[in-house]
Amino acid sequence: MGIADFAFYVFAITVVTAGLFVVVSRNPVHSVLWLILAFISSAGLFVLLGAEFVAMLLVIVYVGAVAVLFLFVVMMLDVDFAELRGEMATFVPFAILIGVVLLMEIGLAITVWQFADTAQSSLMSAAPAADDVQNTAALGQIIYDDYIYLFQGAGLILLVAMIGAILLTMTHRKDVKRQDVLAQMHRDPAKAMEVIDVKPGQGLS
Amino acid sequence: MEELLREYLPILVFLGIAIALGVVLILAAVIIAVRNPDPEKVSAYECGFNAFDDARMKFDVRFYLVAILFIIFDLEIAFLFPWAVAFKDVGLVGFWSMMAFLAVLTIGFAYEWKKGALEWD
Repeated sequence: MGIADFAFYVFAITVVTAGLFVVVSRNPVHSVLWLILAFISSAGLFVLLGAEFVAMLLVIVYVGAVAVLFLFVVMMLDVDFAELRGEMATFVPFAILIGVVLLMEIGLAITVWQFADTAQSSLMSAAPAADDVQNTAALGQIIYDDYIYLFQGAGLILLVAMIGAILLTMTHRKDVKRQDVLAQMHRDPAKAMEVIDVKPGQGLS
Repeated sequence: MEELLREYLPILVFLGIAIALGVVLILAAVIIAVRNPDPEKVSAYECGFNAFDDARMKFDVRFYLVAILFIIFDLEIAFLFPWAVAFKDVGLVGFWSMMAFLAVLTIGFAYEWKKGALEWD
């Protein structure tokens, strides 16, 4: 058994175990930490497949950003876990239903799945030879040309996500004094202050 | 393929060393360290008085907004990487397709700036 095989088994077992603990652990923060372990191990699996770029993306985007977002959500939800656990019995039927559906889908995917006759040829059509091009460069050669619609679609989805996040979560407070840089810079010192000579006993009208 | 994996071998070795070191340190603490727990020692400590309430509390949704904006620009950078690596091969179409992508996201950035999402209050 070579080192590659050994590494595969180590990573694969770690992914499955970490996934199990994501579901099993009582503390949701621990679940997220196990999820991070699962992400890192799957990055190792991707490296073993030769998909370096996807592996690095998994580390940068999922471990670096998505996991942090999950942690935010977990910590922001102000839930009483003891109370939730008491109500768990009411949710068990739904959970079982969803689990059964998911299991059936996986079963269908494994047993009944068939490749279309044209699948193999269309898979190979826009891919450079894997051996003489580096992984990232190979991706770069096809994403922006052959898959231009999908690429632009990804850009639009990111735009929609950005606008949606801003619209959903932004609350602009009116009662806070803000700095207006332009107004500050264009302020005329001569007009900023007025000296008034007040006669004694008269006051200002 | 074998060549590529060989380049990753040092990382695997480092990973092994890191895990081994972590395990050794934890085990050493378990085996060697003196442990005399009593209720006061192991209870939560908050500057001399008892803890007021649970550490788990709601915090502002604006943290979430910052994080999600970070993810979006993170993904934008992720798309830039293969483009930069294969820059000589992408051709004119690839170049302008990336420019259009960047323009779309710059529209989003301008919207976000104008809306004040980058300001804290």
